Amino acid sequence: MDLHGKVHKFANDVNTDYIISGRHKFKTLDMKELAKHVMEDLDPEFYSKVTKGDFIVAGSNFGCGSSREQAPLAIINANVSAVIAKSFARIFYRNCINTGLPLIECNTDGIDEGDELEVDLGAGILHNLSKGTDIAITPLPAVMLKILNDGGLVEHFKKYGGFNFD
Amino acid sequence: MSKTIAEKILSTKSGQDARANDIVVADLDFVMGQDGTSGLAIQAFEEMQAKQVFDPARVAMVIDHSSPSPLAGVSALHRQMRVFADEQKINFYDIGDGVCHQLLPEQGHVVPGDLVIGADSHTCTYGAINVFSTGVGSTDLAAGLVSGKLWFKVPETFKFVLNGRLPAGVYAKDLILYLIGDVTADGATYMAAEYVGEAIAALSIDARLTISNMAIEMGAKCGLMEADQKTIDWVRAHSKKDFTPVKADLDAVYARIKEYDVSKLEPQVAKPHTVDNVCPVGEVAGIPIQQGVIGTCTNGRMEDLRIAAGILKGKKIDRHTRLIVAPSSRQLMLQAMREGLIEVFVEAGAAVVTPGCGPCVGTHNGVPSDGENVISTANRNFKGRMGNPTSFIYLGSPATVAASVLYGKITDPREFIK
Repeated sequence: MDLHGKVHKFANDVNTDYIISGRHKFKTLDMKELAKHVMEDLDPEFYSKVTKGDFIVAGSNFGCGSSREQAPLAIINANVSAVIAKSFARIFYRNCINTGLPLIECNTDGIDEGDELEVDLGAGILHNLSKGTDIAITPLPAVMLKILNDGGLVEHFKKYGGFNFD
Repeated sequence: MSKTIAEKILSTKSGQDARANDIVVADLDFVMGQDGTSGLAIQAFEEMQAKQVFDPARVAMVIDHSSPSPLAGVSALHRQMRVFADEQKINFYDIGDGVCHQLLPEQGHVVPGDLVIGADSHTCTYGAINVFSTGVGSTDLAAGLVSGKLWFKVPETFKFVLNGRLPAGVYAKDLILYLIGDVTADGATYMAAEYVGEAIAALSIDARLTISNMAIEMGAKCGLMEADQKTIDWVRAHSKKDFTPVKADLDAVYARIKEYDVSKLEPQVAKPHTVDNVCPVGEVAGIPIQQGVIGTCTNGRMEDLRIAAGILKGKKIDRHTRLIVAPSSRQLMLQAMREGLIEVFVEAGAAVVTPGCGPCVGTHNGVPSDGENVISTANRNFKGRMGNPTSFIYLGSPATVAASVLYGKITDPREFIK
């Protein structure tokens, strides 16, 4: 799977309250509505700046804080194709795989706001087209790759009737 | 070969010899959802074409985050939970019953040695009573509801050896804030925290729950303690379930071990906007405070309420400051009434609100105004957390909050401690 888009850059420790604030997420299960408020407290213009396929790029510990699955769902519905960070908090990491949002773990120091990226998930390489650099991606654990390839955990359960990692 | 608490519990529950970094599918003893996460879980449960939960007695749903409902949209989500709970005959806690993380131990649902998931990040709280409990999202919760199982990566363990005893006026909250400040917000990511030592042994179960509650704020998957006689007595007083406490082996392998002497620790405060932005209270003393909050899953238990009431008794809070108090459960609210603590709070000028999450998650019950400073006993101070991204949240112990609202500025509580 190849992903292509431009970069919206954030710092370390982006928590799930910043991704989607509690003052919005309790109101509705309409993720298209929640998507309009993604990253609002860090950048009120974020939603309107995204072009389909763009990337959220951040430092370490992306997605720390609460267990809200509205975070990855709102990111998906904001037309972001993947989140790229140095490291992810673990509940957020699981939630992304379960809901089908690709996560890319790699060194993001050489990626800046507005850079154009192409990601080859199969080959595990991120091409920074603006800088002409290639960055290696940390591969996903096999269990997570299986769930992601099945289309998320709901689809995995529909297919196998439970967990099946054989 | 020897094992940590996490490795032992996951070995027992998966029927495999589970070692750090292994992947296991394990049987769950209890599964919980709250009103911010259950709606999506019920949706996923239905999409998985499931008909019944694996065992209604081992499932609970709790309305605590926006309770009572402030909006029609929230009411619709609450109704969806009530309908699901009726149909599935699961344990259900409605508005006013309390915070999920108080209810699960207090109502005897979780006991030492258990493996528990909850769709709330502070599910790590029950580690204080020797439970491997961890927060998950809604789809993982749905998988647990359907199958009674979940997959886990067996965590490595970060052991915190806490020597000495906390001085007067310094509490479990100060200790855990200090540890988070020291190791930072991702210092224990993907790991289990194990807390051991004289300092832990000296603490009540209420205080230990405060420490385990905040393990997630250093990125940890769970915050485990061994069960001593105090734990066993407390659990027996709250639960009829049989249990077998789990101890770490003496030569278990740890990813990291850090030792601390807590006997000189001062009251700590986490400054805006991250939980690891921690300093001694003296560094921020004098900063004006417009609102104080005592409660939440971190610090709304009897010991917390008694400490705060001890400072507020017979006094009035500052005229330019508000105080919101939310006991962690209905039982604790009743106990606090019997002990006269609620009277102390109300007479001091506090607004006592429904047992539950209170204003912590920014949905209701005390959203701060633009530019206001709040001091809270909660576990998160992220920008916008309490519903207004232009306000500032400081975190401290119930004593620090009580002392601060008396003067209307951040105050070292030790002047009130005899």
